[in-house]
Amino acid sequence: MSQPGQGLSVGLFATCINDVMFPDTPKHVAELLTRLGCSLTSSPAQTCCGQMFTNTGYFREGEATVEAYVEAFADCDYVVAPSASCIGSVRHQHQMLAAHRPALARKVDRLIKRSLDLTEFLTDILEVEDVGASFPHTVTYHTGCHSLRVARIGDRPQRLLRAVRGLRLVDLADSDICCGFGGTFCLKNPDVSIAMATNKAKAVADTKAEYLAAVDNACLMNIGGILHRIKAPVTPIHVASILVQQEP
Amino acid sequence: MSQLTTLPRDTDGRLTPAPPPGELIDMPRFPINARHELANTDQRNNLQAATATIRAKRALRVSEVPQWEDLRQAAKTIKDQVDRHLDSYLLQAEQSLTKAGAIVHWARDATEANQIVVDLVKATGAPEVVKVKSMVTQETELNEALEQAGIAAWETDLAELIVQLGHDRPSHVLVPAIHKNRSQIKDIFLTEMGQYGTPAPADLTDDPSALTSAARTHLRNKFMRSTVGISGGNFLVADTGTLVVVESEGNGRMCLTLPQTLISVVGIEKIVPRFEDLEVFMRLLPRSSTGERMNPYTSMWTGVTPGDGPQNVHVVLVDNGRTSVLADPIGRQTLRCIRCSACMNTCPVYTLVGGHAYGSVYPGPIGICLSPLMRGLDSPIDQSLPYACTLCGACPDVCPVKIDFPEVIIHLRHEVAEHKIRDTKPHLETTAIAAAGWFFAKGRRFTVMTWLSGLVGRVFKAKKQFGAHMPWPARLWTSARDLPIPAAESFREWWRRNHERP
Amino acid sequence: MNARDQIMTRIRSALKHTPDQDEDEPILTWQYGQPTSMTDVVGCFIERCADYKAEVTEVDADQIPHAIAATIKKLGITSVVLPPGLDPAWRAAIEQTGTTICEDDSPMQAHELDAVASAVTAAAVAIAETGTIVLDHAANQGRRALTLIPDIHICVVLASQVVSDVPEAVARLRPSVDAGRPLTWISGPSATSDIELKRVEGVHGPRLLIVIVAR
Repeated sequence: MSQPGQGLSVGLFATCINDVMFPDTPKHVAELLTRLGCSLTSSPAQTCCGQMFTNTGYFREGEATVEAYVEAFADCDYVVAPSASCIGSVRHQHQMLAAHRPALARKVDRLIKRSLDLTEFLTDILEVEDVGASFPHTVTYHTGCHSLRVARIGDRPQRLLRAVRGLRLVDLADSDICCGFGGTFCLKNPDVSIAMATNKAKAVADTKAEYLAAVDNACLMNIGGILHRIKAPVTPIHVASILVQQEP
Repeated sequence: MSQLTTLPRDTDGRLTPAPPPGELIDMPRFPINARHELANTDQRNNLQAATATIRAKRALRVSEVPQWEDLRQAAKTIKDQVDRHLDSYLLQAEQSLTKAGAIVHWARDATEANQIVVDLVKATGAPEVVKVKSMVTQETELNEALEQAGIAAWETDLAELIVQLGHDRPSHVLVPAIHKNRSQIKDIFLTEMGQYGTPAPADLTDDPSALTSAARTHLRNKFMRSTVGISGGNFLVADTGTLVVVESEGNGRMCLTLPQTLISVVGIEKIVPRFEDLEVFMRLLPRSSTGERMNPYTSMWTGVTPGDGPQNVHVVLVDNGRTSVLADPIGRQTLRCIRCSACMNTCPVYTLVGGHAYGSVYPGPIGICLSPLMRGLDSPIDQSLPYACTLCGACPDVCPVKIDFPEVIIHLRHEVAEHKIRDTKPHLETTAIAAAGWFFAKGRRFTVMTWLSGLVGRVFKAKKQFGAHMPWPARLWTSARDLPIPAAESFREWWRRNHERP
Repeated sequence: MNARDQIMTRIRSALKHTPDQDEDEPILTWQYGQPTSMTDVVGCFIERCADYKAEVTEVDADQIPHAIAATIKKLGITSVVLPPGLDPAWRAAIEQTGTTICEDDSPMQAHELDAVASAVTAAAVAIAETGTIVLDHAANQGRRALTLIPDIHICVVLASQVVSDVPEAVARLRPSVDAGRPLTWISGPSATSDIELKRVEGVHGPRLLIVIVAR
């Protein structure tokens, strides 16, 4: 296996939800990027991208997470997260939150250009699509809204998945429609959120895929919650957890 | 045909069908309305089918135009220029209109706008008016003001007619009866038309052509005898004083052409500076709204044309909250809106719940921005509207005037949060957010939080997922979805154990 | 303070932090009046116009009177209202069909027009890309009611009137607007999609639009 990441210092931004709920995902990112030659750090100063505060209207709390992000990652060549949504928030909201503090804003400016979703880092910086993974299963892919329209990572996840040995990627109907998670939306508008998640889960179940992949565990937790409740035989899985799998 | 001097009254003693009781702004918070609307399965099916159709049509017609992005940018820039110099453009429009023989009136709010119209109609002695679909007169509830004054206002757009006869409210800015299907419409026509004019044929079927034909017959008399028409305006051209109405059915042409008196009620943001600017908007609007290359009919008129159409032409320029929108530097961009409805057709929330949950004549993404900006944040509905959105970002991509809806929505949420923080009575949300914010502000505090979640994870480890029957607030999630148990060991703990050995 | 002055005050107050001229002034780079490139402008107009369920016939310019008369005979049109400035040759051909001709010299009432089967007019401009006919209601098109109330509108479009797209049309129409004339843009017969978004042709405007395009 070639090591295109040789010499790159990468700060692993686990994101709050993965840290607490889905630690396997950042573990898999660490394993994969180490295998590709990167030298990883994961500062305990990190907390969260802040979007749950910012998107609910609480900018002061969001600003505090920006400070934590800057403190954690200022020295890294790149910051990589297994979440296009959190990276989208870093790139599109941190400047606005820091705008009234010039010193912080300068640090934010430098950092956001180097903050990438895992799939962007793989395809654009390491320039690999085939990471040597093997996953002999049928997989459908949920395009998270923030990956599509905020971070705008395009079809990078699909390109990476198509290069996985044995993986069969099946289309998901209405893949560009939101799953209804929406951060605090799911608590503030529970009925609408559930209706949206139910539609999405039905579309997923209709694909007959074994796995539902995404680049954001928040979407997977939402859709997966319905799938688990209705006992649909589809397992949610983060793209990182597929890319890390190797032939036995 | 002689003009009617007295009109029959319905069983409620009214000239026109009564709308649902209550004021839109007094509606409960959005989530409560949404729950009610979601339970209406027919409506959900009607909406999902209709919006999927219109989304596909729009996408096709937009893909035909290679310069689409340039057109959007041009429209945005033109409208931004209008907003920055709105005072001068309005005065220019007033001058052009006056020169062309129109009489210009100004209205600070809905009440004043309605009073101007009522007085103008009364002066003609007409017992009734024919109306072209107009959002601003929905906003001011002009029809009710006219009814109170003893004047019948007849909606002539097919969908508006369905809504009016159905004692209903519009649920979409372009297709107000999008929530009704053909068989519901048939029932409304059969029951109601006869009370207010030519009845529907007794053997009416639910075929859209038959329903359309019944509407034509019902309205024909009203058009032919009409002496006063009331319209809105899609655009008001400042340098010529030209008003533009974009429509499909010809009801607009009827109302704009046949009466002797025409009263156009126009929001002050409808200005475009030059007649030439229409080349941009007339390419963007039809493709964005109905997904057509061009809508069947567009009427443009410049004051009075001797010997052709209305000889008494009035224009009422309405503020009604628009200057409040202008005063908000981030919210101001919503004044660019040309009411195409592409945002609502693409909104995953709107397409599920429909327009009646929004407590405003403007639903969907534009509504959740515009309504609180125009009306302020004092009512429960207006405080809840900015949250009726998952921030999925689908709407700005289809907006022909490039409104950055997520930017405005997050800004408004900030206003709501600040409003709650300033409030003397405590809010659970602000307390919870402040507590969470403390934990998330520093890595070491967050570490403490992960110990607590790890404890929960170890206690419930055998369970794998939390199911239904959870206490509030977890049940907001678990009423329909299972919830994974937090990890027994957080990522940061694992990392510390494996990478930071002392 | 009256409403006008108060609205002006509100606007100026709303814009007080937005000076009239500054570096943020949005710059418009749009080029007005540009054509849209297409190989056959008239051909595109015919195709797009027919797309709306308008009936389109293509004829040589000298065949216009014949084409109008043939349409009237084919459809068995019993009456027609003519604008005062219609081309005398077209008028003569219509007279020869024997259909009843209604003159609009002392303007007809709406209900009188409602009893007329059709109207024959010229046009001002036509737009290929969108299949649109624009009337500026000059003497050869008549006032707006003529082409609105009768159920059939026969409209003659000259090839020289067809432009590629909306920008060229708007540029050509400016003089009509400056002259105080109204404009009616027509794209196919009247239509609605208000019931389940199913398109139904023929609502209040003419239910049949016949376009004769003269090359």
